[in-house]
Amino acid sequence: MTGHDWEAVIGLEVHAQLKTRTKTFCRCSTHFGDEPNSHVCPVCLGLPGALPVLNREAVAMAVKTALALGCTVHTHSIFARKNYFYPDLPKGYQISQYEMPFSSGGTVMARLEDGSERTMRLTRIHLEEDAGKSLHTITRAGTAVDLNRCGTPLMEIVSEPDLHTPAEAYAYLYRLRQTLVYLGVCDGNLEEGSLRCDANVSVRPAGEKKFGTRTEVKNLNSFRGVEKAIAYEIERQISVIEAGGRVEQETLLWDADRQNVRPMRSKEEANDYRYFPDPDLLPLVLEESWIDQIKSTLPELPQDREKRLTAQYGLPEYDACVLTAEKEVADYFEETVRLAEGTEPKKVSNWIMSEVLAVLAERAVPVTALKVTPEKLAGMFDLVNQGTISGKIAKQVFDRMCDTGKSAAEIVQSAGLVQISDTDELKRIVGEIVAANLEQAEQYRSGREKVFGFFVGQVMKATRGKANPQIVNELLKEALK
Amino acid sequence: MSDMKSMSATELAARLSSGEIKAKEACETCLAAIRADGHNCVIGLREEEALAEAEAVDRERAAGLNLPPTAGLPLLVKDNIVVRGKLPTTCASKILANFASPYDAHVVEKLREARLVILGKTNMDEFAMGSSNENSAFGPVKNPVDPERVPGGSSGGSATAVALGLCPVALGSDTGGSIRQPAAFCGVVGLKPTYGRVSRYGLVAFGSSLDQIGPLARTVEDAALLLGVIAGHDERDSTSADEPVPDYRAGLNGDLRGVRVGLPAEYFPAELDGRIGETVMAQVNHLKELGAQVVEVSLPHTQYAIAAYYIIATAEASANLARFDGVRYGHRSRSSGDVIEMYRTSRSEGFGAEVKRRIMLGTYVLSAGYFDAYYLKAQKVRTLITRDFTEAFRKVDMLITPTTPTPAFRIGSLTDDPVSMYLQDIFTVTINLAGVPAVSVPAGLVDGLPVGVQVIGRHFDEPTVLKVAAGLEGGRA
Repeated sequence: MTGHDWEAVIGLEVHAQLKTRTKTFCRCSTHFGDEPNSHVCPVCLGLPGALPVLNREAVAMAVKTALALGCTVHTHSIFARKNYFYPDLPKGYQISQYEMPFSSGGTVMARLEDGSERTMRLTRIHLEEDAGKSLHTITRAGTAVDLNRCGTPLMEIVSEPDLHTPAEAYAYLYRLRQTLVYLGVCDGNLEEGSLRCDANVSVRPAGEKKFGTRTEVKNLNSFRGVEKAIAYEIERQISVIEAGGRVEQETLLWDADRQNVRPMRSKEEANDYRYFPDPDLLPLVLEESWIDQIKSTLPELPQDREKRLTAQYGLPEYDACVLTAEKEVADYFEETVRLAEGTEPKKVSNWIMSEVLAVLAERAVPVTALKVTPEKLAGMFDLVNQGTISGKIAKQVFDRMCDTGKSAAEIVQSAGLVQISDTDELKRIVGEIVAANLEQAEQYRSGREKVFGFFVGQVMKATRGKANPQIVNELLKEALK
Repeated sequence: MSDMKSMSATELAARLSSGEIKAKEACETCLAAIRADGHNCVIGLREEEALAEAEAVDRERAAGLNLPPTAGLPLLVKDNIVVRGKLPTTCASKILANFASPYDAHVVEKLREARLVILGKTNMDEFAMGSSNENSAFGPVKNPVDPERVPGGSSGGSATAVALGLCPVALGSDTGGSIRQPAAFCGVVGLKPTYGRVSRYGLVAFGSSLDQIGPLARTVEDAALLLGVIAGHDERDSTSADEPVPDYRAGLNGDLRGVRVGLPAEYFPAELDGRIGETVMAQVNHLKELGAQVVEVSLPHTQYAIAAYYIIATAEASANLARFDGVRYGHRSRSSGDVIEMYRTSRSEGFGAEVKRRIMLGTYVLSAGYFDAYYLKAQKVRTLITRDFTEAFRKVDMLITPTTPTPAFRIGSLTDDPVSMYLQDIFTVTINLAGVPAVSVPAGLVDGLPVGVQVIGRHFDEPTVLKVAAGLEGGRA
């Protein structure tokens, strides 16, 4: 089977931790990073006799997600027990949804790196509880188990096998994560595990309708990891087939250090989960009116906001993408534009994309933690527009605003950064500089216009950048006639 | 205090309230009787705590405080109901030999609120799986009437203790007859409430969709008294019903005029021991004298009940018992090896033969390829059986049947024949499948052994069930 063009078929299963205050079936806190086993109770410890009670907040968040992704929300669904033994699974089963999930269908509208849009279909979303964590390294005696995470609500979001390249998988995951974060239902952190992704991968000769044998690749704990692992697995399957072999249906673990996959030990894999309806929980019945109420709270979604930013502010698509990557940044942009009357939106966009995002990256803080609020940033633009400071000075002012949280006006005042627009004073400085550089003045007058920049630089140097550049231009032209 | 053994809980409660009997005295009398007894029906005592609780009741009563009418009443609870404290909750299993619960079951909270005094825990079939109380890590319980015979199960310890007068009332649990069958074998009253009537929070689960906690008592009125204490909504049990709790003792006046009683033909088969049929029919005639109308009805899907029950109950049990894995609590095997080996040896050593049999059965019926043929089919049968009851209750208010097909059998006589053992539940499992309430009341003796008559009512109609049961009680020879 060589000489074919190959097509990969990829489906993603994403587990997203819901940002509820308490766990799915008990009232323990979901807070991350606390002392091991400090958020546990008889229910999430799986003590004999303890019973689950469903957290409505988790259902509301899951329904919100389903509505945002255009899924059908079912008014009647069922929780099932998924049976398998594992030390971090106290009951010996996970409460999940199987035959009747609360939602099915839906789409993710992803944007590929070339800017084109793709609609990727979802199979279903269901609600389930997370397991605890096995810690293999903290004791010498053996494995320790931390059950703080046990019972935290998860959504499992399953895509159709609609994806064909690692880049598409990346784009899908990017948009899905962005949507969840926009909705405020998940913090979207792959590294910390609040968002987890498994990939089902198979290959087939291009044009073939039948699916090839698929493998499941787990342990993809970064965006680039997802892309790399899928690319690796596609290549591996092609080379197996081209060498005359057959792809085995198996579960593989991506090893990010070695950049390869290894099969999961068969003992780690349960073959038959023996799902059956959980008799401790009643069927989940959702009122239509309750669903409608949640629908009315849906925020603007990233792809819609992207389009609106280009239409409303005349921004290039690229700017709109960058600004809407995070909801808070887009909010920041719009708020600044609203407050900075008379400033071109594109100018605000440029400033945010270069200055603001750089500061956020450098300090590793969210935009909401930035001391420069949209109001303060708008204040800075006002000073530029009024000619109080130059664009160059504005950068310095912005840096000080980031450090101190003071307004641009305060900084400009106290540091004496007010732009010199006093024509008399500038005329004096220009006169002195022209007099001290007669040779260059002669060169300019004889046609070497480049030398003009030299004079601007000298004036700026003498005024420590505070000179109003427009006035300097005019005065220099006059003096060098 | 020698008359306490035969005194009803209702009377004892009244005498405790009046101060004629001290709670401490009642508690000590019961504890002494339990210690002196040789029927192996009690497997754990909380003597210090019980005495301290009884003394507190006496102190507060002496101080003139207004206490609940049941304050100071001693009782025993089945060892699958968790009670916070040093005394372990074992389910009569080696796997939980040292499990001390850090929390109280909902019914235990209710008992504490009503100031009853829990003396200790009763023996049972391991994890409530059995009909003879022979499947206990603590050894079998002896029948109070004939020590060569079984007391029934799985609440055999509770039934025996009440029959012997070791305590006035006790709690049991009933998944397929586990309160009613031992009540019948021991000659006491045993009530399985409507599913959802009593919270299951803190009852170690066997078959979650079937389990209910209920009272065992020497009189119907005592059973009503204890039901009134433990019934009620609990938001920690999603299957608990938010239904008002009436005064269950209110209507026990023996007046059954206008009550329509049905005799389901399927519960009086040709093979039934004629003496049991006669005993039950004598009771039915007594109900007629009290004004009840008696008609024959049919519950046509009864013959499929045992099969459906043993599929559903074991399927649920196979998952419910997965948590006993040696990781966090309970027995962990000393044998080394990896985690899979640890599960295997801990569970092999910790569970008894009948529990293993049911876990395997349940695992099998849920397995890929068998699920539809067994579990799904059984659920369909369950729906049909529930419908049978709904239909019957259109014609009658109450159903009367024998509780068991035989009187108590000899210890060891059925242990090698699980199917015959399972058939012990033939008249009781349908009630759990339908979720309706039923009580077993002593009907008389066959060969000197007690037999029971079962009264079955509509969902949440415990008041009428108890009313009819009280009528039967008056007619016992």
